[in-house]
Amino acid sequence: MIALLLRDLRLAVRAGGGFGLGLAFFLIVTVLVPFAVGPQSALLSSIAPGVLWLGALLACLLSLDRLLALDWEDGSLDLLATAPLPLEAAVTIKALAHWITTGLPLVLVAPVLGVLLNLPGPGYLWLVVSLAAGTPALSVIGTFGAALTVGLKRGGLLLSLLVLPLYVPTLIFGAEVARRGALGMETLTPLLMLAGISAGALALLPFASAAVLRVNLR
Amino acid sequence: MSQIEKNSSLWSYANPRKFLATTERVMPFLWGAALVCLVVGLVWGFFFTPDDYRQGSTVKIIYLHVPSALMAINAWMMMLVASLIWLVRRHHVSALAARAAGPVGAVMTLIALVTGAIWGQPMWGTWWAWDPRLTSFLILFLFYLGYMALWAAIDDPDTAADLTAVLCLVGSVFAVLSRYAVNFWNQGLHQGASLSMDAKENVDDVFYLPLLVCIAGFVLLFIALVFYRTGTEIRARRIRALLARERAGA
Repeated sequence: MIALLLRDLRLAVRAGGGFGLGLAFFLIVTVLVPFAVGPQSALLSSIAPGVLWLGALLACLLSLDRLLALDWEDGSLDLLATAPLPLEAAVTIKALAHWITTGLPLVLVAPVLGVLLNLPGPGYLWLVVSLAAGTPALSVIGTFGAALTVGLKRGGLLLSLLVLPLYVPTLIFGAEVARRGALGMETLTPLLMLAGISAGALALLPFASAAVLRVNLR
Repeated sequence: MSQIEKNSSLWSYANPRKFLATTERVMPFLWGAALVCLVVGLVWGFFFTPDDYRQGSTVKIIYLHVPSALMAINAWMMMLVASLIWLVRRHHVSALAARAAGPVGAVMTLIALVTGAIWGQPMWGTWWAWDPRLTSFLILFLFYLGYMALWAAIDDPDTAADLTAVLCLVGSVFAVLSRYAVNFWNQGLHQGASLSMDAKENVDDVFYLPLLVCIAGFVLLFIALVFYRTGTEIRARRIRALLARERAGA
Protein backbone atom coordinates (compact mmCIF):
# COMPACT_ATOMS: atom_id res chain seq x y z
CA MET A 1 0.00 0.00 0.00
CA ILE A 2 2.78 2.38 0.90
CA ALA A 3 4.57 1.47 -2.29
CA LEU A 4 1.46 2.32 -4.28
CA LEU A 5 1.07 5.60 -2.44
CA LEU A 6 4.70 6.54 -3.09
CA ARG A 7 4.36 5.57 -6.74
CA ASP A 8 1.29 7.73 -7.19
CA LEU A 9 2.91 10.66 -5.43
CA ARG A 10 6.06 10.39 -7.50
CA LEU A 11 4.07 10.16 -10.71
CA ALA A 12 2.02 13.18 -9.77
CA VAL A 13 5.07 15.27 -8.96
CA ARG A 14 7.31 14.22 -11.81
CA ALA A 15 4.75 14.04 -14.58
CA GLY A 16 3.88 17.66 -13.85
CA GLY A 17 0.56 19.18 -14.73
CA GLY A 18 -1.78 17.73 -12.17
CA PHE A 19 0.18 18.88 -9.19
CA GLY A 20 0.49 22.58 -9.96
CA LEU A 21 -2.57 22.84 -12.15
CA GLY A 22 -5.10 22.73 -9.33
CA LEU A 23 -3.24 25.40 -7.39
CA ALA A 24 -2.93 27.66 -10.43
CA PHE A 25 -6.63 27.25 -11.11
CA PHE A 26 -7.46 28.12 -7.50
CA LEU A 27 -5.28 31.23 -7.75
CA ILE A 28 -6.89 32.37 -11.00
CA VAL A 29 -10.44 31.89 -9.74
CA THR A 30 -9.65 33.90 -6.64
CA VAL A 31 -8.01 36.66 -8.65
CA LEU A 32 -10.90 36.84 -11.11
CA VAL A 33 -13.60 37.22 -8.45
CA PRO A 34 -12.80 40.87 -7.54
CA PHE A 35 -12.88 41.76 -11.24
CA ALA A 36 -16.35 40.27 -11.48
CA VAL A 37 -17.94 41.66 -8.30
CA GLY A 38 -15.95 44.83 -7.78
CA PRO A 39 -13.11 45.73 -5.43
CA GLN A 40 -15.11 46.97 -2.41
CA SER A 41 -13.35 45.40 0.54
CA ALA A 42 -16.50 45.04 2.67
CA LEU A 43 -18.22 43.03 -0.05
CA LEU A 44 -15.12 40.94 -0.69
CA SER A 45 -14.60 40.08 2.94
CA SER A 46 -18.21 38.96 3.29
CA ILE A 47 -18.04 36.61 0.30
CA ALA A 48 -14.43 35.50 0.82
CA PRO A 49 -15.11 32.23 2.72
CA GLY A 50 -17.63 31.05 0.14
CA VAL A 51 -15.46 32.01 -2.83
CA LEU A 52 -12.41 30.29 -1.38
CA TRP A 53 -14.40 27.14 -0.71
CA LEU A 54 -15.91 27.15 -4.19
CA GLY A 55 -12.48 27.73 -5.74
CA ALA A 56 -10.98 24.85 -3.80
CA LEU A 57 -13.87 22.59 -4.81
CA LEU A 58 -13.52 23.45 -8.50
CA ALA A 59 -9.76 23.02 -8.38
CA CYS A 60 -10.33 19.58 -6.87
CA LEU A 61 -12.89 18.73 -9.54
CA LEU A 62 -10.51 19.79 -12.29
CA SER A 63 -7.91 17.23 -11.33
CA LEU A 64 -10.33 14.29 -10.99
CA ASP A 65 -10.30 12.96 -14.53
CA ARG A 66 -6.55 12.33 -14.31
CA LEU A 67 -7.03 10.39 -11.10
CA LEU A 68 -7.62 7.00 -12.71
CA ALA A 69 -7.54 7.72 -16.44
CA LEU A 70 -3.76 7.39 -16.86
CA ASP A 71 -3.64 4.08 -15.00
CA TRP A 72 -6.61 2.91 -17.02
CA GLU A 73 -4.90 3.70 -20.31
CA ASP A 74 -1.60 1.96 -19.60
CA GLY A 75 -3.25 -1.04 -17.95
CA SER A 76 -1.91 -0.57 -14.42
CA LEU A 77 -5.47 -0.63 -13.15
CA ASP A 78 -5.91 -4.18 -14.41
CA LEU A 79 -2.77 -5.17 -12.56
CA LEU A 80 -4.01 -3.47 -9.42
CA ALA A 81 -7.32 -5.28 -9.70
CA THR A 82 -5.61 -8.67 -9.91
CA ALA A 83 -3.03 -7.85 -7.23
CA PRO A 84 -3.36 -9.39 -3.75
CA LEU A 85 -4.15 -5.95 -2.39
CA PRO A 86 -7.95 -5.55 -2.23
CA LEU A 87 -9.22 -3.08 -4.82
CA GLU A 88 -10.99 -1.18 -2.04
CA ALA A 89 -7.63 -0.47 -0.41
CA ALA A 90 -6.07 0.49 -3.74
CA VAL A 91 -8.89 2.95 -4.39
CA THR A 92 -8.51 4.44 -0.92
CA ILE A 93 -4.79 4.91 -1.53
CA LYS A 94 -5.55 6.56 -4.86
CA ALA A 95 -7.91 8.97 -3.10
CA LEU A 96 -5.27 9.63 -0.44
CA ALA A 97 -2.65 10.36 -3.07
CA HIS A 98 -5.09 12.71 -4.77
CA TRP A 99 -5.71 14.47 -1.46
CA ILE A 100 -1.99 14.86 -0.74
CA THR A 101 -1.26 16.24 -4.19
CA THR A 102 -4.39 18.40 -4.58
CA GLY A 103 -6.30 18.85 -1.33
CA LEU A 104 -3.40 19.51 0.99
CA PRO A 105 -1.75 22.21 -1.17
CA LEU A 106 -5.15 23.90 -1.48
CA VAL A 107 -5.48 23.93 2.31
CA LEU A 108 -2.03 25.46 2.67
CA VAL A 109 -2.48 28.07 -0.04
CA ALA A 110 -6.01 29.15 0.92
CA PRO A 111 -4.96 31.60 3.72
CA VAL A 112 -2.62 33.40 1.31
CA LEU A 113 -5.46 33.81 -1.16
CA GLY A 114 -7.65 34.90 1.75
CA VAL A 115 -5.46 38.01 2.01
CA LEU A 116 -6.34 38.89 -1.57
CA LEU A 117 -10.04 38.71 -0.73
CA ASN A 118 -9.71 40.66 2.51
CA LEU A 119 -10.82 37.75 4.70
CA PRO A 120 -11.52 38.96 8.27
CA GLY A 121 -8.92 38.10 10.92
CA PRO A 122 -10.52 35.20 12.82
CA GLY A 123 -11.50 33.60 9.52
CA TYR A 124 -8.05 32.29 8.58
CA LEU A 125 -7.88 29.58 11.23
CA TRP A 126 -11.40 28.36 10.50
CA LEU A 127 -10.85 28.44 6.76
CA VAL A 128 -7.85 26.16 7.12
CA VAL A 129 -9.63 23.91 9.60
CA SER A 130 -12.74 23.59 7.43
CA LEU A 131 -10.73 22.89 4.28
CA ALA A 132 -8.60 20.34 6.11
CA ALA A 133 -11.73 18.59 7.36
CA GLY A 134 -13.63 18.84 4.08
CA THR A 135 -11.15 18.19 1.27
CA PRO A 136 -10.72 14.48 2.13
CA ALA A 137 -14.44 14.05 1.41
CA LEU A 138 -13.98 15.86 -1.91
CA SER A 139 -11.16 13.49 -2.87
CA VAL A 140 -13.04 10.33 -1.87
CA ILE A 141 -16.27 11.37 -3.60
CA GLY A 142 -14.26 12.42 -6.62
CA THR A 143 -12.58 9.02 -6.75
CA PHE A 144 -16.02 7.45 -6.93
CA GLY A 145 -16.93 9.74 -9.82
CA ALA A 146 -13.66 8.99 -11.59
CA ALA A 147 -14.22 5.24 -11.14
CA LEU A 148 -17.71 5.58 -12.66
CA THR A 149 -16.52 7.36 -15.77
CA VAL A 150 -13.09 5.81 -16.24
CA GLY A 151 -14.04 3.73 -19.26
CA LEU A 152 -15.59 6.58 -21.22
CA LYS A 153 -13.92 8.43 -24.03
CA ARG A 154 -15.12 11.88 -23.07
CA GLY A 155 -15.84 11.33 -19.41
CA GLY A 156 -14.67 14.71 -18.17
CA LEU A 157 -17.89 16.68 -18.51
CA LEU A 158 -20.02 13.76 -17.39
CA LEU A 159 -17.75 13.41 -14.37
CA SER A 160 -18.52 17.01 -13.35
CA LEU A 161 -22.24 16.46 -13.82
CA LEU A 162 -22.14 13.35 -11.61
CA VAL A 163 -19.81 14.63 -8.91
CA LEU A 164 -21.07 18.19 -8.37
CA PRO A 165 -24.44 17.21 -6.84
CA LEU A 166 -22.55 14.83 -4.55
CA TYR A 167 -20.39 17.74 -3.40
CA VAL A 168 -23.35 19.78 -2.18
CA PRO A 169 -23.44 18.70 1.50
CA THR A 170 -19.67 19.06 1.87
CA LEU A 171 -19.75 22.53 0.34
CA ILE A 172 -22.65 23.66 2.51
CA PHE A 173 -21.06 22.64 5.79
CA GLY A 174 -17.52 23.61 4.78
CA ALA A 175 -18.47 27.10 3.66
CA GLU A 176 -20.68 27.45 6.72
CA VAL A 177 -17.74 26.72 9.04
CA ALA A 178 -15.56 29.26 7.23
CA ARG A 179 -18.32 31.87 7.15
CA ARG A 180 -19.18 31.53 10.82
CA GLY A 181 -15.50 31.54 11.69
CA ALA A 182 -14.98 34.76 9.76
CA LEU A 183 -17.88 36.38 11.62
CA GLY A 184 -16.60 35.13 14.95
CA MET A 185 -19.61 32.88 15.55
CA GLU A 186 -19.78 29.42 17.04
CA THR A 187 -18.53 26.84 14.49
CA LEU A 188 -18.68 23.51 16.28
CA THR A 189 -21.96 22.19 14.84
CA PRO A 190 -21.18 22.56 11.13
CA LEU A 191 -17.60 21.50 11.75
CA LEU A 192 -18.76 18.25 13.34
CA MET A 193 -21.17 17.66 10.46
CA LEU A 194 -18.39 18.32 7.97
CA ALA A 195 -16.02 15.94 9.73
CA GLY A 196 -18.85 13.40 9.87
CA ILE A 197 -19.37 13.60 6.12
CA SER A 198 -15.64 13.19 5.52
CA ALA A 199 -15.38 10.21 7.85
CA GLY A 200 -18.53 8.59 6.49
CA ALA A 201 -17.46 9.05 2.87
CA LEU A 202 -14.02 7.71 3.65
CA ALA A 203 -15.49 4.64 5.35
CA LEU A 204 -18.16 3.73 2.80
CA LEU A 205 -17.43 5.15 -0.62
CA PRO A 206 -14.26 3.11 -1.36
CA PHE A 207 -16.51 0.04 -1.49
CA ALA A 208 -18.75 1.69 -4.06
CA SER A 209 -15.73 2.94 -6.02
CA ALA A 210 -14.14 -0.52 -6.06
CA ALA A 211 -17.45 -2.08 -7.12
CA VAL A 212 -17.89 0.21 -10.13
CA LEU A 213 -14.21 -0.13 -11.00
CA ARG A 214 -14.63 -3.92 -11.15
CA VAL A 215 -17.60 -3.47 -13.45
CA ASN A 216 -15.57 -1.16 -15.67
CA LEU A 217 -12.66 -3.58 -15.79
CA ARG A 218 -14.85 -6.55 -16.65
CA MET B 1 -42.32 -26.00 -14.71
CA SER B 2 -45.87 -26.23 -13.45
CA GLN B 3 -48.35 -23.44 -13.99
CA ILE B 4 -48.72 -22.77 -10.27
CA GLU B 5 -45.02 -22.47 -9.75
CA LYS B 6 -44.73 -20.07 -12.64
CA ASN B 7 -47.35 -17.72 -11.31
CA SER B 8 -46.65 -18.06 -7.64
CA SER B 9 -44.14 -15.31 -7.20
CA LEU B 10 -43.55 -11.72 -8.09
CA TRP B 11 -40.23 -12.74 -9.58
CA SER B 12 -41.96 -14.45 -12.49
CA TYR B 13 -42.44 -10.94 -13.92
CA ALA B 14 -38.68 -10.77 -14.28
CA ASN B 15 -39.25 -12.80 -17.44
CA PRO B 16 -39.50 -10.13 -20.16
CA ARG B 17 -42.11 -12.08 -22.12
CA LYS B 18 -44.29 -12.52 -19.05
CA PHE B 19 -43.80 -8.87 -18.17
CA LEU B 20 -44.78 -7.71 -21.63
CA ALA B 21 -47.80 -9.99 -21.84
CA THR B 22 -49.12 -8.88 -18.46
CA THR B 23 -48.46 -5.18 -18.87
CA GLU B 24 -50.04 -5.18 -22.30
CA ARG B 25 -53.18 -6.65 -20.77
CA VAL B 26 -53.42 -4.08 -17.97
CA MET B 27 -52.14 -1.15 -20.04
CA PRO B 28 -55.50 0.10 -21.44
CA PHE B 29 -57.01 0.03 -17.96
CA LEU B 30 -54.04 1.89 -16.51
CA TRP B 31 -54.13 4.63 -19.15
CA GLY B 32 -57.90 4.86 -18.80
CA ALA B 33 -57.84 5.04 -15.01
CA ALA B 34 -55.05 7.61 -15.06
CA LEU B 35 -56.93 9.72 -17.59
CA VAL B 36 -60.20 9.53 -15.65
CA CYS B 37 -58.53 10.40 -12.35
CA LEU B 38 -56.59 13.31 -13.82
CA VAL B 39 -59.57 14.76 -15.68
CA VAL B 40 -61.94 14.35 -12.74
CA GLY B 41 -59.38 15.62 -10.21
CA LEU B 42 -58.20 18.60 -12.23
CA VAL B 43 -61.65 19.71 -13.42
CA TRP B 44 -63.04 19.29 -9.91
CA GLY B 45 -60.08 21.12 -8.45
CA PHE B 46 -59.94 23.94 -10.98
CA PHE B 47 -63.64 24.72 -11.45
CA PHE B 48 -65.62 23.32 -8.54
CA THR B 49 -63.64 24.34 -5.49
CA PRO B 50 -63.84 27.80 -3.90
CA ASP B 51 -60.94 30.21 -4.03
CA ASP B 52 -58.86 30.37 -0.91
CA TYR B 53 -59.67 33.46 1.13
CA ARG B 54 -56.05 34.58 1.24
CA GLN B 55 -54.47 33.07 -1.85
CA GLY B 56 -57.30 33.59 -4.32
CA SER B 57 -57.32 31.27 -7.30
CA THR B 58 -53.55 30.65 -7.16
CA VAL B 59 -54.23 27.95 -4.58
CA LYS B 60 -55.40 25.69 -7.40
CA ILE B 61 -51.91 25.05 -8.64
CA ILE B 62 -51.71 22.67 -5.67
CA TYR B 63 -53.45 20.05 -7.85
CA LEU B 64 -50.39 19.88 -10.07
CA HIS B 65 -47.68 20.86 -7.63
CA VAL B 66 -48.25 18.43 -4.77
CA PRO B 67 -48.81 15.25 -6.85
CA SER B 68 -45.82 15.93 -9.10
CA ALA B 69 -43.55 16.67 -6.12
CA LEU B 70 -44.74 13.46 -4.48
CA MET B 71 -44.04 11.44 -7.61
CA ALA B 72 -40.64 13.08 -8.10
CA ILE B 73 -39.49 11.54 -4.83
CA ASN B 74 -41.37 8.27 -5.27
CA ALA B 75 -39.89 7.81 -8.74
CA TRP B 76 -36.41 8.00 -7.25
CA MET B 77 -37.43 5.52 -4.53
CA MET B 78 -38.74 3.17 -7.22
CA MET B 79 -35.47 3.51 -9.12
CA LEU B 80 -33.59 2.74 -5.91
CA VAL B 81 -35.60 -0.45 -5.31
CA ALA B 82 -35.30 -1.51 -8.95
CA SER B 83 -31.53 -0.87 -8.88
CA LEU B 84 -31.17 -2.97 -5.73
CA ILE B 85 -33.13 -5.80 -7.34
CA TRP B 86 -30.87 -5.58 -10.39
CA LEU B 87 -27.71 -5.64 -8.28
CA VAL B 88 -28.88 -8.56 -6.16
CA ARG B 89 -30.87 -10.72 -8.56
CA ARG B 90 -29.70 -9.56 -12.00
CA HIS B 91 -33.16 -9.27 -13.54
CA HIS B 92 -32.84 -7.22 -16.70
CA VAL B 93 -36.44 -6.03 -16.58
CA SER B 94 -35.68 -4.41 -13.26
CA ALA B 95 -32.70 -2.49 -14.62
CA LEU B 96 -34.72 -1.38 -17.62
CA ALA B 97 -37.59 -0.28 -15.39
CA ALA B 98 -35.17 1.88 -13.40
CA ARG B 99 -33.89 3.36 -16.63
CA ALA B 100 -37.45 3.95 -17.83
CA ALA B 101 -38.39 5.75 -14.63
CA GLY B 102 -35.48 8.21 -14.80
CA PRO B 103 -36.81 10.70 -17.37
CA VAL B 104 -40.34 10.42 -15.97
CA GLY B 105 -39.06 11.35 -12.52
CA ALA B 106 -36.99 14.19 -13.95
CA VAL B 107 -40.07 15.63 -15.66
CA MET B 108 -42.08 15.31 -12.44
CA THR B 109 -39.34 17.22 -10.61
CA LEU B 110 -39.38 19.88 -13.30
CA ILE B 111 -43.19 20.20 -13.08
CA ALA B 112 -42.96 20.60 -9.33
CA LEU B 113 -40.26 23.26 -9.65
CA VAL B 114 -42.03 25.19 -12.41
CA THR B 115 -45.49 25.14 -10.81
CA GLY B 116 -43.87 26.14 -7.53
CA ALA B 117 -42.20 29.10 -9.23
CA ILE B 118 -45.46 30.15 -10.90
CA TRP B 119 -47.22 30.02 -7.54
CA GLY B 120 -44.36 31.70 -5.74
CA GLN B 121 -44.32 34.77 -7.99
CA PRO B 122 -47.67 36.22 -6.77
CA MET B 123 -47.53 34.69 -3.27
CA TRP B 124 -43.94 35.14 -2.13
CA GLY B 125 -43.15 37.90 -4.59
CA THR B 126 -40.33 35.91 -6.16
CA TRP B 127 -39.96 33.15 -8.72
CA TRP B 128 -37.20 31.49 -6.81
CA ALA B 129 -35.95 31.54 -3.24
CA TRP B 130 -33.10 29.53 -1.80
CA ASP B 131 -35.46 27.71 0.46
CA PRO B 132 -34.46 24.22 1.69
CA ARG B 133 -37.28 22.42 -0.10
CA LEU B 134 -36.78 24.26 -3.35
CA THR B 135 -33.04 23.78 -3.20
CA SER B 136 -33.21 20.08 -2.46
CA PHE B 137 -35.60 19.62 -5.36
CA LEU B 138 -33.17 21.38 -7.63
CA ILE B 139 -30.43 19.05 -6.40
CA LEU B 140 -32.73 16.07 -6.97
CA PHE B 141 -33.21 17.31 -10.53
CA LEU B 142 -29.42 17.40 -10.99
CA PHE B 143 -29.23 13.82 -9.72
CA TYR B 144 -31.80 12.77 -12.32
CA LEU B 145 -29.78 14.52 -15.03
CA GLY B 146 -26.58 12.78 -13.98
CA TYR B 147 -28.33 9.42 -13.83
CA MET B 148 -29.77 9.77 -17.32
CA ALA B 149 -26.49 11.08 -18.71
CA LEU B 150 -24.62 8.07 -17.34
CA TRP B 151 -27.14 5.67 -18.91
CA ALA B 152 -26.76 7.44 -22.21
CA ALA B 153 -22.97 7.54 -22.13
CA ILE B 154 -22.22 3.83 -21.80
CA ASP B 155 -22.62 1.45 -24.71
CA ASP B 156 -22.58 -1.93 -23.02
CA PRO B 157 -26.05 -2.40 -21.48
CA ASP B 158 -24.95 -4.55 -18.53
CA THR B 159 -22.11 -2.22 -17.59
CA ALA B 160 -24.47 0.74 -17.87
CA ALA B 161 -27.04 -0.99 -15.66
CA ASP B 162 -24.43 -1.82 -13.01
CA LEU B 163 -22.88 1.63 -12.91
CA THR B 164 -26.17 3.50 -12.86
CA ALA B 165 -27.48 1.20 -10.14
CA VAL B 166 -24.51 2.00 -7.90
CA LEU B 167 -24.86 5.69 -8.75
CA CYS B 168 -28.53 5.49 -7.76
CA LEU B 169 -27.59 3.96 -4.40
CA VAL B 170 -24.85 6.45 -3.63
CA GLY B 171 -26.97 9.30 -4.99
CA SER B 172 -29.83 8.38 -2.66
CA VAL B 173 -27.59 8.69 0.38
CA PHE B 174 -26.27 12.04 -0.78
CA ALA B 175 -29.73 13.28 -1.74
CA VAL B 176 -30.94 12.61 1.80
CA LEU B 177 -27.79 14.20 3.18
CA SER B 178 -28.32 17.28 1.01
CA ARG B 179 -31.89 17.52 2.20
CA TYR B 180 -30.74 17.85 5.81
CA ALA B 181 -27.76 20.01 4.91
CA VAL B 182 -29.87 22.64 3.17
CA ASN B 183 -32.27 22.59 6.11
CA PHE B 184 -29.38 23.59 8.27
CA TRP B 185 -28.13 26.12 5.77
CA ASN B 186 -31.23 28.23 5.34
CA GLN B 187 -34.56 28.40 7.09
CA GLY B 188 -37.27 28.37 4.52
CA LEU B 189 -40.34 30.03 3.19
CA HIS B 190 -42.04 26.83 2.10
CA GLN B 191 -44.94 25.63 4.19
CA GLY B 192 -44.84 22.29 5.98
CA ALA B 193 -46.45 19.07 4.85
CA SER B 194 -49.95 19.63 3.57
CA LEU B 195 -51.16 16.06 3.71
CA SER B 196 -49.65 14.16 6.61
CA MET B 197 -51.91 11.85 8.57
CA ASP B 198 -51.09 13.15 12.03
CA ALA B 199 -50.82 16.87 11.35
CA LYS B 200 -53.29 19.16 13.08
CA GLU B 201 -53.39 21.66 10.25
CA ASN B 202 -54.10 19.96 6.99
CA VAL B 203 -55.52 21.31 3.81
CA ASP B 204 -59.25 21.84 4.13
CA ASP B 205 -61.51 18.99 3.01
CA VAL B 206 -62.85 21.02 0.09
CA PHE B 207 -59.38 20.98 -1.44
CA TYR B 208 -58.33 17.67 0.04
CA LEU B 209 -60.61 15.32 -1.89
CA PRO B 210 -59.86 16.56 -5.43
CA LEU B 211 -56.20 16.62 -4.44
CA LEU B 212 -56.36 12.94 -3.49
CA VAL B 213 -57.94 12.15 -6.86
CA CYS B 214 -55.16 14.08 -8.61
CA ILE B 215 -52.51 12.20 -6.66
CA ALA B 216 -54.11 8.90 -7.65
CA GLY B 217 -54.07 10.12 -11.25
CA PHE B 218 -50.39 10.99 -11.09
CA VAL B 219 -49.52 7.64 -9.50
CA LEU B 220 -51.42 5.77 -12.19
CA LEU B 221 -49.90 7.90 -14.91
CA PHE B 222 -46.43 7.21 -13.54
CA ILE B 223 -47.02 3.45 -13.43
CA ALA B 224 -48.45 3.48 -16.95
CA LEU B 225 -45.53 5.50 -18.30
CA VAL B 226 -42.95 3.29 -16.61
CA PHE B 227 -44.59 0.10 -17.90
CA TYR B 228 -44.84 1.58 -21.37
CA ARG B 229 -41.25 2.79 -21.44
CA THR B 230 -39.97 -0.47 -19.98
CA GLY B 231 -41.77 -2.35 -22.74
CA THR B 232 -40.13 -0.06 -25.29
CA GLU B 233 -36.71 -0.69 -23.77
CA ILE B 234 -37.25 -4.46 -23.85
CA ARG B 235 -38.27 -4.32 -27.52
CA ALA B 236 -35.34 -2.05 -28.36
CA ARG B 237 -33.01 -4.57 -26.78
CA ARG B 238 -34.62 -7.41 -28.74
CA ILE B 239 -34.15 -5.51 -31.97
CA ARG B 240 -30.54 -4.97 -31.09
CA ALA B 241 -30.07 -8.66 -30.40
CA LEU B 242 -31.77 -9.58 -33.69
CA LEU B 243 -29.62 -7.18 -35.66
CA ALA B 244 -26.49 -8.49 -34.00
CA ARG B 245 -27.53 -12.07 -34.82
CA GLU B 246 -28.22 -11.14 -38.44
CA ARG B 247 -24.86 -9.46 -38.76
CA ALA B 248 -23.16 -12.48 -37.24
CA GLY B 249 -25.02 -14.76 -39.66
CA ALA B 250 -24.26 -12.70 -42.76
